Amino acid sequence: MAHTAEELAHEQRRYLQVFFWLAVLTALELGVIYMPISRFAIGCMLVVLAGTKAALVALFYMHLSVEKRTLTWIALTPAVLCVFLVFMLLPDLGAITRSLTHATPPAATAEAHH
Amino acid sequence: MSSAAVADAHALEPTESPLTPESWGKLGMWIFLAADAMSFGGLLAGYGALRYGDPGWPRPSSILGIQLTAMMTFLLICSSVTMVEALASIRQGNQAGLKKFLLLTICGGLLFLGLQAHEWTNLIVHEGQSITKNNFGATFFILTGFHGCHVFSGVVYLSCILVRALQGAYTAHDSNSVEIVALYWHFVDLIWILVFTFVYLI
Repeated sequence: MAHTAEELAHEQRRYLQVFFWLAVLTALELGVIYMPISRFAIGCMLVVLAGTKAALVALFYMHLSVEKRTLTWIALTPAVLCVFLVFMLLPDLGAITRSLTHATPPAATAEAHH
Repeated sequence: MSSAAVADAHALEPTESPLTPESWGKLGMWIFLAADAMSFGGLLAGYGALRYGDPGWPRPSSILGIQLTAMMTFLLICSSVTMVEALASIRQGNQAGLKKFLLLTICGGLLFLGLQAHEWTNLIVHEGQSITKNNFGATFFILTGFHGCHVFSGVVYLSCILVRALQGAYTAHDSNSVEIVALYWHFVDLIWILVFTFVYLI
């Protein structure tokens, strides 16, 4: 990690550049939600923008870009496990949606019994 | 303990962390953050599952104040900048800079908590939302509340570091504690970036 005066000055300039890009990406996120495109496309764009912002914070503010590679793997593990969890939940999500879509309304069920 | 036993103990316990030569504490914080990220990951995945499975899920922008939370996001990003500036200051031996930027970071965290309290009050009192009303309310209050607890913990942690800084505990060659609290604070910012996107915008 940088510790000489010159390297520290360079790092401080980079911090401000990252801040600038984080602010720009946040403004872009706000713009994207009002775009006249499908909700799915908006969702995909927002995920990419949020991922980019998170990566900028992790790489430059948490200094992962200059840390040992193994530390990056430790940091990435939760993200990988979370994606894995979402895929494991997908079959259940399909079942919930099907049951909600085809469920008989409670009032109609009560009338059928009478 | 005999000299042979001391030598054995040193052989078993290296004095320098293999991944973070600066300190063992830094490695400990990274492992804690990885575990904490899994907690947030589980909550976000649960949120996604409940939302995807409910066709009647309200559009977040129709209930939540996007402009206010965008400002809160910007505020946390600003506090991340003041945090890295605090670390850069002490690495240059600038004690005054460290104290000033730590104080600004704490103020950013307190302002964020104040805005979150305002948002919650508005949602509960005026919008009639609650943690027990529906899945939207339950997931919203649990996710933002869990994050808010992290911000509050961060403010307390930063305050402890500021008190130690005022006592002159840190120098250009001994800034590990500042670096470790900075890691925690940036993590809180990183998580908010994701919560803001998934809960408020999508």
